[in-house]
Amino acid sequence: MTEFVPHPILDPAVIPRGSQQLLRELPKERLAWMLQKMCEIRYFEEKAEELYVRGLVHGTMHLSIGQEASSVGSIAALRPDDLIIHHHRGHGHTIAKGADLKRMMAEFLGKECGYCRGRGGSMHIADIPGGNLGATGVVGSGIPTAVGIALALQMRRSPQVLLAFFGDGAVNLGEFHEALNMAAIWKLPVVFICENNQYGMSGPAKVMCAVQPLSVRAIAYNMPGQTVDGNDVLAVYQVTQAAVERARRGEGPAFIENYTYRWRGHSKSDRNVYRTQAEIDEWKQRCPIARFKQLLIEAHVLTPEEVETIDAQAKMAIERAAEEALVCPEPSPENLEAEVYAP
Amino acid sequence: MSEPNTREITYLEAVREALTQEMRRDPSVFLLGEDIGVYGGAFGVTRGMLEEFGPERVRDTPISEAAIAGAATGAALMGMRPVMEIMFMDFITIAMNQLVNQAAKIRFMFGGKASIPMVIRTPAGSGTGAAAQHCQSLEAWFINVPGIKVVAPATPYDAKGLLIAAIRDNNPVLFMEHKLLYRTKGPVPEELYSIPLGQAVVRREGRDATVLAYSVMVPRALEAAEQLSREGIELEVIDLRSLKPLDQATIVASVSKTGRVLIVHEAPRTGGFGGELAAVIAESEAFDYLDAPIRRLAGRDIPIPYNRTLERAAVPQVEDIVAAARALAQEGR
Repeated sequence: MTEFVPHPILDPAVIPRGSQQLLRELPKERLAWMLQKMCEIRYFEEKAEELYVRGLVHGTMHLSIGQEASSVGSIAALRPDDLIIHHHRGHGHTIAKGADLKRMMAEFLGKECGYCRGRGGSMHIADIPGGNLGATGVVGSGIPTAVGIALALQMRRSPQVLLAFFGDGAVNLGEFHEALNMAAIWKLPVVFICENNQYGMSGPAKVMCAVQPLSVRAIAYNMPGQTVDGNDVLAVYQVTQAAVERARRGEGPAFIENYTYRWRGHSKSDRNVYRTQAEIDEWKQRCPIARFKQLLIEAHVLTPEEVETIDAQAKMAIERAAEEALVCPEPSPENLEAEVYAP
Repeated sequence: MSEPNTREITYLEAVREALTQEMRRDPSVFLLGEDIGVYGGAFGVTRGMLEEFGPERVRDTPISEAAIAGAATGAALMGMRPVMEIMFMDFITIAMNQLVNQAAKIRFMFGGKASIPMVIRTPAGSGTGAAAQHCQSLEAWFINVPGIKVVAPATPYDAKGLLIAAIRDNNPVLFMEHKLLYRTKGPVPEELYSIPLGQAVVRREGRDATVLAYSVMVPRALEAAEQLSREGIELEVIDLRSLKPLDQATIVASVSKTGRVLIVHEAPRTGGFGGELAAVIAESEAFDYLDAPIRRLAGRDIPIPYNRTLERAAVPQVEDIVAAARALAQEGR
């Protein structure tokens, strides 16, 4: 039995810096923005769930409740013109990347004023001008596409960087291997972010993956790898930022594993038979939002009142988005064939 | 075709010329694929291009068809115009997820707010003794996927003009090159020109029966027509050129004129494109003009065998077309 070989990390200097230092370094507005986005994601998904239960949603949904620190911490490390490509559990990335909440909710409801005019739905929200190059519904499919996006950035000598999000289920696909190797040999400006929420539908990552932690895989592609507490938004931010700036300097891709947990089922039909309620409850104690709120208050970055205001405003924004989206017109089935091909 | 700058070149050279001239014209066009650089491609199509354009635009890849297709799809999403090569069409199976679930879907699925201007070049077809995993004609799979176009040129002139059109098209275009056609010669203008996708061409006019063909079946059908002409049977041979979009008007007009139609393709008969062509005719006004049932002559429902005799027997040859067309022309007369 070979012994575990520690894998290279992004930059040993930055890891121990810790949340306290970041709380001092980051502007208060940026920290407040992170909390705001996390709250918006939570309320968006709770509202999505409610609309579904009320029978107002035709399709399916994949909720990322409990994983808000992963999407917000990662995307907070980007410049506004940087890019993301992500996956079916993608509401969080979309909101963190700055999507309009009403158009998002409208897409979830299949409305004409949605981001994809009701053609894509929850699994495929894209906001191309906003740098969100879309969510893919086939597990892992965005990873090879990410190689091409990053290749275009490199060929154009662009300073932009791409974050490619996928789940723990995606790392056992052949496409993952092909894509990470290709991105590495070409030193492409992409950071691969594996959101390990511990289950690929029902398959536990610990059972389905031969190597733990998943970031060890980075060794095989000669790129830095790092596992981070995916429920600590500042830790995620810190590690992602180091990887993003490294990629921006032309030093190539990195692989980050955000270790987190999915509170809800895989999709709307999940009976949670593959895990215990005790496990779910335990992870709910590690709520990334409650944790971040407490940190901000304890460090005197925000007052409890300010935190509550951010929370309440996020909730109101979602309520308003849902109300407006619900009255958006339905798309017309006429002449859909004309949309299949670009002129 | 006697334009001043027209000369005889091979189908392979015509493909290379289209790539070269488009890359000179448009810096967003680039090539990627296995062994396309210093090696020049398995069939030599890109030979010499590395020297002119460098390794960034004539990009050798690992043996990773899914990542090649992903790289092309992602780059196209960003507004580049990648031309990816799949060394043998059989290997496209590895790339199917990116092509079918990503490249073909992104535009529609994202509400029309993106486009994927890319070309998938790939040598298809049998006749080289490469057996079951290097000889397939898999066009029917792609024709059934909304969002992809499918082109299969039969002549050097069309290879150049259709490839230029495919590169300039704002959608994923599957460009099928036939290995047996690579060395065939024909007149090709030196200038850049494009042939609109979705236009068939009548290669030979005739009154007795229509033959619908594409790719290597076009020269075989023309040879068969020549032989039958000596017997007094005049075939009208239509080269479809573009399978999707399909030029239904040219097909319907010809079948309405001759009243008989033989559909010829190399791919296996069952579930092949011939069934779709038959349905298009049966559903059109040409149905009223039919004097005989629609006939298909296709590859047999077997993997392509290695042995020369067996391989020949797997797909339609000139003599098979002659026999089928003769029978059709005489049917019920």
